[in-house]
Amino acid sequence: MALTGLVLVLFVLGHMGGNLLIFAGQDAINAYAYQLHSLPAPVLWGIRAFLLVCVGLHIWMAVLLTLASRKARPEDYRQKATVQATYASRTMRMSGVILLSFIIFHIAHYTARIIPGKEYNTQLTEVPLVQGGETMLKQSGDPIMTFDVYTMMVAGFQVWWVSLFYIIAVGLLCLHLTHGVTSMFQTIGLRNKRWENRLNRLALAYGWIIFLGFAAIPTAVLIGILDAPALTASVAAEIPTQIATLEK
Amino acid sequence: MKLDAKIPEGPLSEKWANHKFKIKLVNPSNRRKYKVIVVGSGLAGGAAAASLAEMGYNVSCFCYQDSPRRAHSIAAQGGINAAKNYQNDGDSVHRLFYDTVKGGDYRAREANVYRLAEVSTSIIDQCVAQGVPFAREYGGLLANRSFGGAQVSRTFYARGQTGQQLLLGAYSALSRQIGLGQVKMYNRHEMLDVVKVDGHAKGIIVRNLMTGTIERHAADCVILATGGYGNVFFLSTNAQGCNVTAAQRAYKRGALFANPCFTQIHPTCIPVHGDQQSKLTLMSESLRNDGRIWVPKDAETAKKIREGNLEPNSVPEEGRDYFLERKYPSFGNLAPRDISSRAAKEACDAGLGVAKTGLGVFLDFRDSIIREGKQTIKERYGNLFDMYQCISGDNPYETPMMIFPAVHYTMGGLWVDYNLETTVPGLFAAGEANFSDHGANRLGASALMQGLADGYFVLPYTVGNYLGEQGIAAAGKVTTDAPEFEAVEKDVRGRIDRLLSIKGTESPRSFHKRLGQIIWDECGMARSKEGLEKAIEQVKALREEFWQNVRVPGEADELNPELERAGRVADFMEFGELMCRDALMRDESCGGHFRVEHQTDEGEAVRDDENFAFVGAWQYVGESEAPTLHKEPLIFEAAKPSVRSYK
Amino acid sequence: MKLTLKVWRQKNAQTKGRLETYVLDSVSKDSSFLEMLDILNEQLIADGEVPIAFDHDCREGICGACSLTINGIPHGPDRATTACQLHMRRFKDGETITIEPWRAKPFPVIKDLVTDRSAFDDIMQAGGFITARTGSAIDANEIAIPKDDSDYAMDAAACIGCGACVAACKNASAMLFTSAKVAHLNSLPQGKPEKDRRVLAMVGAMDEAGFGSCTNYGECSAVCPKEISLDMIAQMNRDYLTAKVKTFFSQKSA
Repeated sequence: MALTGLVLVLFVLGHMGGNLLIFAGQDAINAYAYQLHSLPAPVLWGIRAFLLVCVGLHIWMAVLLTLASRKARPEDYRQKATVQATYASRTMRMSGVILLSFIIFHIAHYTARIIPGKEYNTQLTEVPLVQGGETMLKQSGDPIMTFDVYTMMVAGFQVWWVSLFYIIAVGLLCLHLTHGVTSMFQTIGLRNKRWENRLNRLALAYGWIIFLGFAAIPTAVLIGILDAPALTASVAAEIPTQIATLEK
Repeated sequence: MKLDAKIPEGPLSEKWANHKFKIKLVNPSNRRKYKVIVVGSGLAGGAAAASLAEMGYNVSCFCYQDSPRRAHSIAAQGGINAAKNYQNDGDSVHRLFYDTVKGGDYRAREANVYRLAEVSTSIIDQCVAQGVPFAREYGGLLANRSFGGAQVSRTFYARGQTGQQLLLGAYSALSRQIGLGQVKMYNRHEMLDVVKVDGHAKGIIVRNLMTGTIERHAADCVILATGGYGNVFFLSTNAQGCNVTAAQRAYKRGALFANPCFTQIHPTCIPVHGDQQSKLTLMSESLRNDGRIWVPKDAETAKKIREGNLEPNSVPEEGRDYFLERKYPSFGNLAPRDISSRAAKEACDAGLGVAKTGLGVFLDFRDSIIREGKQTIKERYGNLFDMYQCISGDNPYETPMMIFPAVHYTMGGLWVDYNLETTVPGLFAAGEANFSDHGANRLGASALMQGLADGYFVLPYTVGNYLGEQGIAAAGKVTTDAPEFEAVEKDVRGRIDRLLSIKGTESPRSFHKRLGQIIWDECGMARSKEGLEKAIEQVKALREEFWQNVRVPGEADELNPELERAGRVADFMEFGELMCRDALMRDESCGGHFRVEHQTDEGEAVRDDENFAFVGAWQYVGESEAPTLHKEPLIFEAAKPSVRSYK
Repeated sequence: MKLTLKVWRQKNAQTKGRLETYVLDSVSKDSSFLEMLDILNEQLIADGEVPIAFDHDCREGICGACSLTINGIPHGPDRATTACQLHMRRFKDGETITIEPWRAKPFPVIKDLVTDRSAFDDIMQAGGFITARTGSAIDANEIAIPKDDSDYAMDAAACIGCGACVAACKNASAMLFTSAKVAHLNSLPQGKPEKDRRVLAMVGAMDEAGFGSCTNYGECSAVCPKEISLDMIAQMNRDYLTAKVKTFFSQKSA
């Protein structure tokens, strides 16, 4: 639980860092995405598989723990009470399940791009790769073309319910992390009286950083700080129509 | 019957060594052929069971609690004495021996006490090796504190939970042996009788408290480490389950009961709050270092305080009687336990008592808070003040504490010889269950020492001696099929059936309370010939009534706490009479036994060494007959009797 | 004071239990919680009913026998207090109080409020000791133990083995109990030689007994009458991981 948790805790931090490049402009985030995608296939898929295995193991351990706990108390108290367990700790299972559904949606939405009406592969044209202000060229002299992640994100978050789900999910992630991070230190034995408060604060801060970092993007999109000039008129027109179709 | 204490030859300091050399041994490979029963899992029982099992004997250990870790030794707070002389203040085995004999008011057996002092040092070593976290100095070495009745600092302690830590040490050693299969542990099993075969103790009858099943257990010898009988008073600092049953059953099967009237009353307990009270709580005597004990000078003021119409703090200085400081100017509030307790009782008898029930005196920290500051007092006694407030609801920083004496320990017990063997061969008694080491009064921090000494360092030798004497051919010979088991089991069943069949109107607890009141009134802090004679008749009558009118609900074949209680109360009813008889016989005042006929003009105890320097051991001769007294004369060679004075 | 009590009644392990309601009219506010139950039992005996069975012994907060869940909280509402030390002045006149046994699979109900906690003894027997044969000890002052270490061991050793930690844990985990013993013995120099095998054996016995797992709620420590710290669990986790890794790479068997 703790070890897979650690991997995922570090992953979300990296993921957030990458995403925040969106504020550095369209070219920056596209270049970052290009780099990730141009990793050799075994490495890219190795990392993806590793992360998926971690998620799987994390869930599997959670299921085992939950089953063991259920079994350990076949008859529950008629009157229940809580003395000090935090809300976050008591809702780990619930926040976990919701997060799982979000992760599935999120991967389907932005990685696999198979959410009906949001198959961005077919809707967005590729854009030239720009690094350090210079357009990167192939040996042939033609510009290297890359997938327009920036526009995809903006387009995605312009849909209010996508943003809402996203913000709720990262909120729950924050909750999950405030308990998960301290718990992780406890489980591997790296906690004591002196560090208890510091670790609690660290976990809280970490949870909030993740929340604010991730939530900043859809918020910025919704209030219009981030816009997508590259969205061609046709595509821009197409998306709302498709949403309308979907909502019907 | 001639009582033979089997005290070894030679000078006091060499007796134990000589004896260890002379006693019979059992070859290690033969030990597994023997079975030993240990009843009780406290310091004495747990230590004995673990040690004998380590040696290779097959041990069966029984306790009425749900785990051996809950035996009442766990509640001892203060500490354990040992003649380590780590403080370089002149302690020695001889001094510990001397202090213990003197503290016991010259009614203990010298040879036993000397051995106790001798092995005390090994106890500390053993406990530290087991991981008992005794208090330490910054240098990493063991710390000591001083305790009443001694002028040296020799008490080892683990915060206020020394008994708990020592018991957990013994319990962990016992647990190890249980895990190895060398000890078979029977939790929630209560011993209800001893079985003798050819005059030797060869087994016990127990009741499985969870199922009510009556079981027979046979062995080559039986050790009783079943604690004291303080609960005969109903209210005491003992645990609710503490009882005299095992000792009383052994007594009725031929073991002599020694000095039952020697009981210790502790002066600093929280007073009784009313008739719903079930137990008294002890607070450390150390409170008397800074608290001043007083009652109002006139009964009128006391009455107003009792009724809640007067704040204790508003009683002016001239209206207060600091009676210990007045009577014992040199010791003041630190006068010994028995003396302080009696003085408090006298004040309450004179109508000066405070607390709602009229049974309480003030222990006032006002002056020391002014002198030392609240913070200092808090550092010294914070946890005790909190405990007091939790139980009484009063804040002792603001208003004086109230205290009253309570029964705390019983020095009397089954008579044992130097080998801790009772007058029934093969039946041993250890710890508080025997009478041997404390005489008429026990010093603080000596009970833990004695329990562990018996369990770790005496019984492993003397039990082997007994088994060796019987010879290997006798090992495991007796089985539970023997007709003697049949007969005793029948008695046990008959008694249970009888208790359940009375179906009267009064609960066992109610009878217990009434018994306790009689014993407390007449055989408590002050005893008189008339009172004791009256008490004997009252107890007899109450016993009759009990067997006519007790109501025991539930069935025999289930967990039935009321049935357990009824059986214990029935034994206390018999025992209470014996206790009063002993107190009546002992026509002197000594230690915890104060006969009002024997006191100086100033109310001090007067001992009669000429006529009463003996152990009074009682033999049971029949249901309706008075028990027979046997005397074991006490000879003092090393510690010559002197008058105790605390003026 | 007047009280309404809802008490768990269960004839034995085989039968199903249920909450029964009783009314008590005159309870002194100075009574302890268990004295209040004594009064109820006296009343039940007088009415010809079977009194309520509950575990109790020392009634001064040290033996660990009492085991009542009071209004959903093991040992009741006061911090660092056993049920036997809880006093009725803590409750309001006319209040309704629910009393249930400890609930965990390894603590089956024997009758009413009495449970079988021998699973704790099993954990102790697996490794809760320092192997030190009687008579084999060196002088007590031969090994100096820093005061801080000794105090820490004492903090852990204060556990009274009541089982409130298990009862309070939403997973019915016994980590706090087990870790208190592990931390006590593993932190002392005398306990070092058996450190690895102790933690492996005790955790093994704990798992075998069927306790739930720890998800760091902290309820155990919050209800613990001796306020045993969660640090003990962290230490046990650390010792356990270390022991696992060490035995994995070791030539010797643990």
